[in-house]
Amino acid sequence: MRIELNGQHKELDGPATVAQLLLTLGLERAPCAVEVNAQLVRKALHPTHALAEGDRVEVVTLVGGG
Amino acid sequence: MSEAANAEYLMSTHQPTINARTAPVSPALPPLRIGNFTLTSRLVVGTGKYRDYATMQAAIEASGADCVTVAVRRERLVDAEGRSILDFLPLERLTILPNTAGCFTADDAVRVSRLGREILEQLGNPGAGWVKLEVLGDRTTLLPDPVGTLEACKELVKDGFTVLCYSSDDPIIAARLRDAGAASVMPAGSPIGSGRGIANPAAIRMVIDRLKLAEQGGSAEYPVIVDAGVGTASDIVHAMELGADGVLLNTGIAHAQDPVRMAHAMRLALDAGWHTARAGRIPRKLYANASSPWEGVITHIPGE
Repeated sequence: MRIELNGQHKELDGPATVAQLLLTLGLERAPCAVEVNAQLVRKALHPTHALAEGDRVEVVTLVGGG
Repeated sequence: MSEAANAEYLMSTHQPTINARTAPVSPALPPLRIGNFTLTSRLVVGTGKYRDYATMQAAIEASGADCVTVAVRRERLVDAEGRSILDFLPLERLTILPNTAGCFTADDAVRVSRLGREILEQLGNPGAGWVKLEVLGDRTTLLPDPVGTLEACKELVKDGFTVLCYSSDDPIIAARLRDAGAASVMPAGSPIGSGRGIANPAAIRMVIDRLKLAEQGGSAEYPVIVDAGVGTASDIVHAMELGADGVLLNTGIAHAQDPVRMAHAMRLALDAGWHTARAGRIPRKLYANASSPWEGVITHIPGE
């Protein structure tokens, strides 16, 4: 299944939830927030939110800024 | 309003005259209240553009700030180092203020605000409740888009955010943002990162008057924070002398040759400006007014 992850194409091995994607990325414990198709997916919903073909996923964190 | 009237207003609305016999050498400033948030320091500092995290940590410490701004960005999925700014901020004593820097539409600013809140909720930081809203017009000026800012402000207030609005130095849009529910309006002294200080002091003064003077429909308690453009400590003094409640800056510290020393200077400047504004400065005069008495001079005075 192909998704767009942070602006780049990414191939996933079969169906996946947001939580599974974060696990694959090694970010399961990182302070980060996830958007799917411009909608926030709250952390409590990560284990149940299934990704679909062509989903645009953003995984963001906090960085230095003014 | 004249300078004398301004001083009178600042003195009457903020704190009593300092008693010379009982006051400490440097009396503590009252806390800054923004919506339900209370900050000990009236200086809010950014965390961007530092050469390294150690310098950032030391500069924040030297600034005395208990609130720092951060930005929301894509996780760098390929970065092996994996260091997060969050590992270098004392989250137990800092309130994090997430910004929407880089947003050019109201929709994007709302998205980014929600993402920032989501992360701060996970961290258990009180900053989850608020946002520094920036909706910018273009990359060259980084000046606020007033229409987009107003639109996003309304949406975020509806969503329960305490919204601090980065704004241009225009009293009319400032009042609109306040009316839309902004907990603070933060006019730009000059463009972000420009270091030009208070480019239009009269405009900043009109924003402050509009939001804080009862006769203009304002309230003395409404917090106005000058945000952006600070290049050096005297810019902070200037902003505070104009009646600002606080100052937010980043580049002026982060890009100074010695950021930690500059942070210290900025902290002192804020105190200096606060007290200056309430001490009632002397009126400007064209000609001199001798400090030493004329009576008893033993000299020849030209023309007499």
